Amino acid sequence: MPSMTSDLASNPPMLEARDLRKHFGGVEVLKGVSLQIAKGDVVAVIGPSGSGKSTFLRCLNHLETLDAGHLVVEGETLATTDAAGVCRYAPEPDLRRICRKMGMVFQQFNLFPHLTVLQNIIEAPVTVKGLARDAVIPRAEELLRKVGLLDKRDSYPSRLSGGQKQRVAIARALAMEPDIMLFDEPTSALDPELTGEVLRSMRQLAEEHMTMLVVTHEMNFARDVSTHVVFMDQGQILEARAAAEMFASPQHPRTRAFLEHML
Amino acid sequence: MNYVIEILGPLLEGTAVTLQVFLITLVLAVPLGLSLALIRVSHFRIASGIVSGYIWLMRGTPLMLQMLFIYFALPFVPVIGVRLPDFPAAIVAFVLNYAAYFAEIFRSGIQSVGKGQYEASRVLGLSYGQTMRRIILPQVVKRILPPMSNETITLIKDTSLIYVLAMNDLLRAARGIVQRDFTTMPFVVAGAFYLIMTLVLTWGFLYLEKRYAVYDE
Repeated sequence: MPSMTSDLASNPPMLEARDLRKHFGGVEVLKGVSLQIAKGDVVAVIGPSGSGKSTFLRCLNHLETLDAGHLVVEGETLATTDAAGVCRYAPEPDLRRICRKMGMVFQQFNLFPHLTVLQNIIEAPVTVKGLARDAVIPRAEELLRKVGLLDKRDSYPSRLSGGQKQRVAIARALAMEPDIMLFDEPTSALDPELTGEVLRSMRQLAEEHMTMLVVTHEMNFARDVSTHVVFMDQGQILEARAAAEMFASPQHPRTRAFLEHML
Repeated sequence: MNYVIEILGPLLEGTAVTLQVFLITLVLAVPLGLSLALIRVSHFRIASGIVSGYIWLMRGTPLMLQMLFIYFALPFVPVIGVRLPDFPAAIVAFVLNYAAYFAEIFRSGIQSVGKGQYEASRVLGLSYGQTMRRIILPQVVKRILPPMSNETITLIKDTSLIYVLAMNDLLRAARGIVQRDFTTMPFVVAGAFYLIMTLVLTWGFLYLEKRYAVYDE
């Protein structure tokens, strides 16, 4: 099957992925995935389990190493593949700097259990950016207020509900002032009643025109908040369109079947 | 009772030797063990393999044999051969031996931290060194407190092995008096001394565990 280029974006793209390929053992997980995202786009990536959505996301910030493909973030090349098929990444310092433009929120939160909520948020700005603690704390508190958890400032993560943990994780990622936010199934580990509070924080972020890429099973979020929807199946993007169009008239039969099943 | 007070002097002198060996070993073997563990879990295959071999050697032979080797045989080994007085020889043997055990405790602690912690650190921009120092190792400390408590209690009793180098630790001091006075009372007192030292260690570790209990995983 030919790979499909999904040209969502007008110029210049915030993030450009071209022909990404990745396999685990004998399984080809990404079979040439291409996607462009413009500033302020909120892209929902949907599709059945095992379709490669999460792997795609994790390849963007080098949590997984690509077999082949081109990856450009805000005009800077993160990875490229030469004619001989050898995939090369930017040198380590550039790689880390470019990856830092992308914040990430995980399905399992991955908060640091030995640090309080506030410490979780200021850890990276202080350790990585070398900012003074006192300078970072007001901003961290501002972020906590934004996700509605300022009163949990000095709590340890184990004292928080799943929804609260995920909102702290969002604040922690935002504290590094990323240009793009990647969400890897942010609500999949949550009870339905806790999902809403996380989605509210994400919706708020979208309204502030944060560029977001969200792997999700939340069709309501995809329909109501995202600007674009990408449907992935078996390691490929089968369809990528404006959100309203995607839900009104999905073109690909697989997309139609999936949406009918989910809605 | 008067007899107990009478033998207290030499037994306390023995205790001082025991505590010296214990403390110096602990202070040197913990950082060495941590370094070995970090090499062992690193991606440097060859270095990691060498550390594995080292741990196998140190855990696979008796500590007493290692001590005797360092004291009696090392002077005759070409190049690295050096003649050590009894106390340094004992310390070297204890540090080398205990570092191997500590390394395995640290390794199990490091490897028990989930990969999500590494991934979260990485996407926040932390380097491997920063991740270890700021995120992984602080969590490891909490996890290894119980096995470390075990191992340090073993260490305080293992110090009695230095008698083979004719050093007067607590147990050897007691035995000397037993043989001189034909009474087993010194053994009872020495046993009480060991129990007190163990109790202090147990309390110390319990205190640390309580301090680290402010957070759960």
